[in-house]
Formats: sequence, structure tokens, C-alpha cells
Amino acid sequence: MGYPDYMYESIKLVEATRPRRAEMAKEGLQKFLKPLSAEEREKVLRDNHPDYQPEARKPIRVGPNKGEHLTSEVVDILERPSRLPRDFKLEPVDYETDVLVIGGGGAGCQAALWAAKNGVKVILCTKLRLGDANSMMSQGGMQASVNPGDSPLIHYLDAIGGGHFDNKPELLKIMTSEAPYIVKFLEELGVIWDKLPDGHYQTQSGGGASRRRMLSCRDYTGAEIMRVLRDEVRNHPEEITILEFLPALELIKDEEGKVAGAVLFDMETGQYHVVKAKVVVLATGGFGRIHIRGFPTTNHYGATMDGLVMAYRAGARLLHMDSVQFHPTGAIYPPQIHGFLITEKIRAMGGQPVNAKGELFVYPMEPRDVEASEYIQECKKGLGVRTPDGQYGIWLDSPLIEILHGSGTIERAFPAMFRQYKRFGIDIRVLPMLVYPTLHYQNGGVEIEENCHTCVPNLLAAGEVSGGVHGRNRLMGNSVLDYNVFGRRAGIEAAKLARETEIKERLNVDHVWEYEKELKREGIETKGYSPLLLPEYRNLESLKRHRTEFDPFAPAGL
Amino acid sequence: MTQDLIPIYIYSRKYYVPEGSTIITALEYLGFKLKKGVGCKEGFCGACASLYRLKGDYKLKGGLGCQTVVQPEMQIVQIPFVPAPKAIYKIEELQPDSEIFVRYYPELYRCLSCNTCTKICPQELQVMDFVQAAVRGDFEQVANLSFDCIMCGLCSARCPAEITQFNVAMLARRIYGKYLMKKSTFLEQRLKEIESGKYEEGYRELMSLSQEELKNRYFQREIDFQIT
Repeated sequence: MGYPDYMYESIKLVEATRPRRAEMAKEGLQKFLKPLSAEEREKVLRDNHPDYQPEARKPIRVGPNKGEHLTSEVVDILERPSRLPRDFKLEPVDYETDVLVIGGGGAGCQAALWAAKNGVKVILCTKLRLGDANSMMSQGGMQASVNPGDSPLIHYLDAIGGGHFDNKPELLKIMTSEAPYIVKFLEELGVIWDKLPDGHYQTQSGGGASRRRMLSCRDYTGAEIMRVLRDEVRNHPEEITILEFLPALELIKDEEGKVAGAVLFDMETGQYHVVKAKVVVLATGGFGRIHIRGFPTTNHYGATMDGLVMAYRAGARLLHMDSVQFHPTGAIYPPQIHGFLITEKIRAMGGQPVNAKGELFVYPMEPRDVEASEYIQECKKGLGVRTPDGQYGIWLDSPLIEILHGSGTIERAFPAMFRQYKRFGIDIRVLPMLVYPTLHYQNGGVEIEENCHTCVPNLLAAGEVSGGVHGRNRLMGNSVLDYNVFGRRAGIEAAKLARETEIKERLNVDHVWEYEKELKREGIETKGYSPLLLPEYRNLESLKRHRTEFDPFAPAGL
Repeated sequence: MTQDLIPIYIYSRKYYVPEGSTIITALEYLGFKLKKGVGCKEGFCGACASLYRLKGDYKLKGGLGCQTVVQPEMQIVQIPFVPAPKAIYKIEELQPDSEIFVRYYPELYRCLSCNTCTKICPQELQVMDFVQAAVRGDFEQVANLSFDCIMCGLCSARCPAEITQFNVAMLARRIYGKYLMKKSTFLEQRLKEIESGKYEEGYRELMSLSQEELKNRYFQREIDFQIT
């Protein structure tokens, strides 16, 4: 293991330019490299970003966004029929509650906690285990304007520029102005932020940010926050019932068209479970595992866009679902970690992106879509490093961090990254990391307003499944912030709404059948069903011998 | 990955999988649809804890399925999670005092110092050392040594004293983060500023700008940090 011999030719070139690049970093890289102008950004995106390539988007033929161009793979999944059998009966009702939270990541845990704090009964259901979510995997940090030279307004300006000015202003105002409170709230639950000796927060810069604003917990930021939230949710067994390994399949409505629960599906036994709830909070996360344009992903195994599908069938409008975030630095070698996230904090602490010749070719702190496009362009120019299986990447020069901040910094600030590479024989204190953009985040989602309402009555949404706050490109550290801010708001609002809500019998899933009629009317015939629930990685040869009647996940057309 | 196949045993049956596979990719290659025992696939969530033995080795080893490369003749089982007692507490009512371990996790004091937990830890943490730190009531030490714990549960599955090391550490870290770390004084000031409405006028102004004005403001904004 480790890098193949031929790569050391290029690594030597990186080593040769390293002392000079370290000098540049010490003087301030802005003196040598300017961030791109508006026009330059536009050009590099148009020429290189996967969203701008032919066939990246196509019109959706059914549902609330009918006629709009969305990401093609998203359209393909939305235009599939439901997994519910046609003769499905919504009885017996297995569970009854005030608030049903679908999803056990950060947003779901915040929503459950705050709904419970506000005096209502909560059921939280999740596809895998509680905390098995993208939230757990965030590495670099969370943005909050906690420094004197910064302010919520500068945070707002950075985020709206990074989002191509498409962010919903009222959502962004809430997120940026509540950020410092979230820092405090999490600390009071026991989250261990990286701190300076005087008790103030260690902060780093992030792509597209004009100030140091990134708080971190080593490079396990998401894991630290998620495990604390999970522990706190489990501290409320009287108010919160946790249903693990039980994903939702479809939403349920009442006679008036309000959302009134969900049908859950046990993937092991094939049994359906009916939950009746006065309010549903959708916190199902994003879509990395649908592998848009064939990209590998940093995302959790469960990130299959399930909530978006359910909400869309129920009539929820989507926003910005034509934009996809590719993280600039995904590992591209060794193959066992292909696509894995290399935290932006590596660049924030001085790790520079350099090409095969050892040249620093880009300002390292552009917003993610711009930075990723620059890397793709560099590889197209033939200045990438070839992997043994014929792909190309650029170097992320991690050893610089040890030069700039002193030896021992990598093990202290990046234990996860150090461990990850060490497992495969690479010491990132002395060797750079080979990277290429990887599918990372669902910028858009179900459109919400300030209190997380979707346009469907009694359906709230929070976290990655929701859309609007990030516009068409999220900045680093704003997703951890997003799920905390809006997860909390959704919980508070859900409790309030549950008190005012009376469910009008008859419970039904008529909207699911209406949606299927619409598919038929449009003459849409697709293979497979949605939501996907789980991604498919089984080897094709093994699937050919597969008996589909035993398998609800049997791929279509085998 | 090369396509050279090597033999491994999964739940006792022999299969051939590509060399270089991890336990998880080997299972998928063979046609297992993973519904449990799989999570982030990147070593952050602890969902894919696995036990294995290597040929000719009497030792039972542990690893994360997504991070462990298979070896010829390896015998593998997955441990999707380890049932473990978790103390129910109100964090705001606790004191940073080792009494809380006596109260919530008394089995902690049965630690035999056998180091089995440390040997099995897929994160290579000094598990026994943080258990001993907890026994001494040294919250900071527990927090530092256990910080990279992904709570896979392998330590507690192997522990002859039946300690749930990962839950003990979770409690200790929360106590440390909440009660023992120095607080930021500036944060309180910032929160007061926000509460007092100091930024409201600024937001109103930003939100009333035309798209063009907003773009100018953004691209001309001062960038004030150094990448060092």
C-alpha cells in the first residue's frame, strides 16, 4: 500500500516547490493569488462544473415543479412510482403521536429535542441507527460569527455571494443571526469546541468566507455534535420514542389534506407500520448516494433522497434542485477511500492544491463550486496526476501544515484524516493527498419558510432535505449550522402546531395514487420504484443469480 | 482494485472476493444487500464493527468493515451494534465530580486493567487509560483520550468487567465540555448584541439592496484573514 512508485516523480516536484510556497503562505497568499472576479467565476463554472454540462438537467413532467429543469438523476427518481402496494390499507395504526420526526441525523435530533422540550410526544424514526447520517461525517466545522472582527452581517454577505445570490434572504438572516446562539446551546449540552487557552474559540477560514469563522472539534466536528445530540435525545425516553431501522416510505394525509403521519417499512421483515401524527418533520437528509453524473460521494450510505420523494408526491414544492455540490477535495487514491471527504480545514490551515508539476494553480479558498471547477479544469489541461485505474487528481499538499504550524499539528488537528490515510499506508505529514471533486451536498431541497413549513399543511422540513438557505452553492460549515438552526426551529414549531391540530379521519395515501395517475397521464414508464431507501452496490454477476421475489430491493430489469 | 480473487469466510462460508476489497465492499461484491452493519462507509460512525480471525492466529481481532482490507482465509462476522446500558440523566443537574460514575456506571470500578479494550479498538485509542482516568475522576484526560471514539462498541463487547467504555466516555466528555472548559467571554457579548437588535438595521439594509448592488457589495468586501 501507499502511493505507486511512478507517482513519486510528481511528489518530488511538489517537494521542490514546497519551501517557496510556504514562504508565500507566511506572507499571505492573497498577495500572490487573487480570488476570481464575478466574470472569471462564471467562466470556470460554465466550462467545468458538472451542473453546467449537457444533459445535467432536464424538465420534470409531473408534480408541483412540473416543467422546471432539475438535476436529471433527481428527475429520474421523482418520476418513479411508489413502493406501496396498490391494495395497501392504513390499518391497524401501529403508533400514535403528536410529532413524527423522520430522520435520525442532526436536524431530526434537534427537532425531536425541541418538540419534547415544548411539551409534546415525539416519535423519531430512522432508516439505520440513530445518528447514522451525513451529520456524523462532517469534519471541518461550523460557521458562526464569534470573533470581534466579524459579524452576522458579514456571514450573511459571504453566504449569499457563495450561493450565487439565490439564497432566500429571510432564511439566511435567521441562520446567520442564530449561529452564535447555537454555539452556546451545543456547548451547554457538552460539545467540546476547539478552544484557545483563554476559553475563546479556535477559528479557521473557509472557502468563500471573508473572515475566520469556522469553529471545529478537531476534524470530528460532526461526530462530536452528533453524538452529543444523540445522547441527549436518548435522555428523554418518556417524551421521545426512537424507532431505528425503520425508514418512512410515504406520508399519510387526513381528510382535509393535512399531513397526518407516515407509512414506515421494515426492510428485514417486509412489514409496514402506520404512524399517525399531528405534525410530521421531515429530516431525511440529502442525495449523495444517487451518484449524480457517476461521481463518487462523501455521503452516508442512507443518503438516497427518500424524504424529497415523499414530500414531492404529497405536493411540496422544491427549490434549487437543479444544483449539486461537488466538494473540491475528495480522495481519489487509494481506491479503498475513493470519493471520501478530505476536509476543507486542510486548506484552511494552509494545505495547498498543486498540480502534477508542483505548481499552486488556484486560490485555495474559493467557494466550493468554483474551487472544484478549477481542479477539474486543471486535470483537463493534462496537469493532473494519473491514478493506476486511469483517473486524474491534483495534490493537496498537507505537509505544508506541519511547516506552517509546527510538527505534530496534523495529528492534533486532523486525527481522522491522519488515521484514514495511515490505514492505507500513507503518512500525510510527509506526503500530499491526491484529490478530485466528489459529490457532497444537496444544495436545494423542499422549499421552507422561516419556521420550516413546507407548502403542504402540517409538513415541516429541516436540514439537508430542505432548500433555500444556501442558494445554489453552500459554503463550508453552513450545513452543520443549518441543521442545528432549522432543526431546532422545526421542533418548536411542530410542538406549537401539534397543539392546534386535530386530525380529521379518514387517513389516506390518495396523493400517492394521484401522483401515479399523473405519471400515467404523461405516459411515463420507468423501471424501479422510489424512494430508493438503499443504494445498490451489489456486483452485477451476483445479481444475475438473484431471485427477485425475495428481495424488495431487486434492481429493475434483471 | 485488481481482479485477483482471494478466499475469505463470511459467517463461516467460503467465498472469493477481489484482493484489496474492504469487508464492506467484499460483502457487496458477493451480493449481500446491506441493511444493517453499514453506515457512513468512511470510518466516522461505528456502524460496521466487525470481528475477524486471521489464518494461523488464535487472536480475535476487531475492525471497521469499511476500513479493513480483507486478507486470504480471513474469517469475518459483523456486529451491527452492541446493546449497552446508557445512563439517563439531566446534564444540567450533574456536577463535575467522579461521584457521577459511581451513580451511573458503577461497573466502571470493576476494571481489571487487562487492556482488552485497547487492543480491540479500531481507532487505536488508549481505551483502558481513559477508563482509568474516569476511575480517578480526571474528566479532561478522559475527554482527550476518548475524543476520537466512534462508539462502535467493540470495547464493551470484549470487556470482561462488562464496562461500556464508550458510554462512560460520552458522559465524561459532556461534563468536561459543559462544566470544565473555559468559557468565551466574547460570545456572551456577541449574543447580547444580537439580542439587543444591533444588527437589525444592517440586515434590513442588506436585504433591501438590488441584486446588482448586493453583487457589488459582495465582490468588493474586505477579506481579512491570513492562510497561515
